[in-house]
Amino acid sequence: MTVTSPAGATPGLAARPPGPALPRLLPPGGRPGGLAGHLAALGPLPYRGGPGRLIADVAESGLTGRGGAAFPVARKLAAVAAGRRPVVVGNGAESEPLSGKDAALLRAAPHLVLDGLQLAAEAVGARRAILAVHPGGYAGGTLTGALAQRQAAGLDRVPVELAEATDGFLAGQETALISALNGGLGRPAFTPPRVSDRGVGGHPTLVQNVETLCHLALIARYGAAWFRSVGTGTEPGSMLATVWQADGRAAVTEAALGTLLSQLLDLRGPVQAVLVGGYHGAWLQAGQAAGLALSNASLRPAGAAAGAGVLAALPAGRCGLAETARVARYLALASSGQCGPCLNGLPRIAAGLAELAGTRPRPTVIHDLERWSGLTSGRGACHHPDGTVRFVRSALVTFAAETAAHAAGRCSAPGAAPFLLVPAEQTPAPGGRR
Amino acid sequence: MSADTALWYASRATGVVCLLLMTAVVLLGILVTRQGRLPGLPRFAVTGLHRNLSLLAVLFLVVHVVTAILDPFVTIGWVATVVPLASPYRPVWIGLGAVALDLMAALVLTSLARARIGRRAWRAVHWLAYALWPLSLAHSLGSSGDLRSGPLLWLSAACAAAVAAALAVRLLAAAQAVPPAGRAAAELARHEAAARRPVTLAPRGPVARQEDLLARRQSVLGGEEASPGRHALAASTGVAREAGR
Amino acid sequence: MSRVLRLNPVACAGHGACAELLPEVISLDEWGYPLLAPGPVPAGLARRARRAVAACPALALAMESAADSAYSEKTQSQHRADPSAGPARLGT
Repeated sequence: MTVTSPAGATPGLAARPPGPALPRLLPPGGRPGGLAGHLAALGPLPYRGGPGRLIADVAESGLTGRGGAAFPVARKLAAVAAGRRPVVVGNGAESEPLSGKDAALLRAAPHLVLDGLQLAAEAVGARRAILAVHPGGYAGGTLTGALAQRQAAGLDRVPVELAEATDGFLAGQETALISALNGGLGRPAFTPPRVSDRGVGGHPTLVQNVETLCHLALIARYGAAWFRSVGTGTEPGSMLATVWQADGRAAVTEAALGTLLSQLLDLRGPVQAVLVGGYHGAWLQAGQAAGLALSNASLRPAGAAAGAGVLAALPAGRCGLAETARVARYLALASSGQCGPCLNGLPRIAAGLAELAGTRPRPTVIHDLERWSGLTSGRGACHHPDGTVRFVRSALVTFAAETAAHAAGRCSAPGAAPFLLVPAEQTPAPGGRR
Repeated sequence: MSADTALWYASRATGVVCLLLMTAVVLLGILVTRQGRLPGLPRFAVTGLHRNLSLLAVLFLVVHVVTAILDPFVTIGWVATVVPLASPYRPVWIGLGAVALDLMAALVLTSLARARIGRRAWRAVHWLAYALWPLSLAHSLGSSGDLRSGPLLWLSAACAAAVAAALAVRLLAAAQAVPPAGRAAAELARHEAAARRPVTLAPRGPVARQEDLLARRQSVLGGEEASPGRHALAASTGVAREAGR
Repeated sequence: MSRVLRLNPVACAGHGACAELLPEVISLDEWGYPLLAPGPVPAGLARRARRAVAACPALALAMESAADSAYSEKTQSQHRADPSAGPARLGT
């Protein structure tokens, strides 16, 4: 099927080749052959010849951010393009412990990420691009090798700087990342000013998740209609999901928006609950999850959101409260300690959950948890307290039976091994590092 | 008393009052950072008094400077009020006063325009207050012999002691303050320790009903009352605060 | 022109002067941090609201026009709409 390009298209793109079918970003076997193989498989990097020209295509595609916020990309591009001397940042920090999609992209499709970075830079008129990765993300030299290939081929018009994000759950948060890139402590900041107005070096900054940049790179080649050929009307396209099955296997899968969760997660076995959206997401009961799809339209009424595509099935034989308590402890330690409600609320909530997950919790604990949740959510500079409260509240609902059992002194799975991946406790990171 | 002598006395008197006011302002400023209260006064009174007394100090400073310049007994000159070492009379001591006046102007002007210049800029300049007070004291001690003998000596000593004590409190608080990176961990440790239930001890002596006794012992040894509805931890655990200035 | 109060939670250290000066709009939570009533500042309280803004030792409180505030609020919430409907209700 030939996709015709929109009116006013760049000369030379009169008839576009058909775009790849699913999976689009990470096809099995990848696109081997380094830069040459990548360009042979996907075609040349379609620079538009000036700032702003790509934005209309992106707007038509309906692409939203894949870092969890789902903010319309075209709007972000337009906002930053209006500023002076903007900077583009590719956010590959991926500080959500359960998410592995950004690492997979940087490892298996670095040229697609870097294409997207160049196209985004051109679209906003940036002369500076930064790719931020998880600490230790340069290991293996894939990225530096890819950049060297592109430099040798003269492909990149804007020099790309590689940077390491800090360690910690909030490292990928937009303002925290900017703070680290500016040589600061890497803590979230109060907005305004938004990073699209003042970011790296005080310049308007575009921050996009690396998966979003990949989609951008493909939309530039194959057009908005191709992007919209999968997905739903209001949520077009595909997204990467990191799926943790009940038997402990995990994989990064690409799925069209609107795919049923039951097609991604094996819910036939003894699964008691599903965590949708990672540690700032929500627990759903397995039966409930079986009827939902990977889209915000389906998930929001159930109290969840697609987020960055993390799906985890909790098998039977685990204590959902204990899992939640472990994660809540990690989230409490992740607080940057800047805002009173977060600093006071999250540790209390974590300690309360630990008590609830233990033996003989006091009957007041649940009421305290609800009061603290109400006092904590929405009162910080970033959404860490909100996300944590959402996660905790959903656990109290989904694991209500378990909660009642604990109140009576019983646990359905006493001493069960931990299931969810929670990073080990570390001393606080010293701050941003390049 | 002639008019000239009156000017000389006025300058010295307003200088002493200015120093007293500035002492009070420094003490109140440190009290604000410690989120302390003055007995019987609402919270906003501490910061309000700090502000109002500093403006009063400016008033006395202006009179102090004007009378000193107009006084024919000593030759200082207008320039020397803001430029150090420009005074023919006791250039060093008057010069310290000039520096103090410059700092005072910076402090007051930035504070009045606080909302416009933003938090960071205002805070950066406000640190100069810790330099302002010692400079003012030095200027006072050196410019005239008033504070070097008699009751005024005791007064200046008392002011110095008060500021030194307040400064010690401020420095101690800064040294003990947990940096933001460690605050969450400290808070978590505190609340986990408070929530931990004690191990139930084995009962001694004859026991009627094992479970009842165990439950009662646990509630008593826990240190908190287990009655529902009492948030017993609210009293024992503190409130996590931001580090102040 | 309606004005709205906005709090910078990073700057706020819980001094509590604002709640004393404007108790109709600002109350303190159990940890001493301010809870702002939503919506614009009632017209008659504008002067006291300005006093509260000026009195904050941490310069954490600001008053701005409703239009600017909508822009700021959008900034704060642009990254997600909170999907959780409300507090968890549990049987005892």
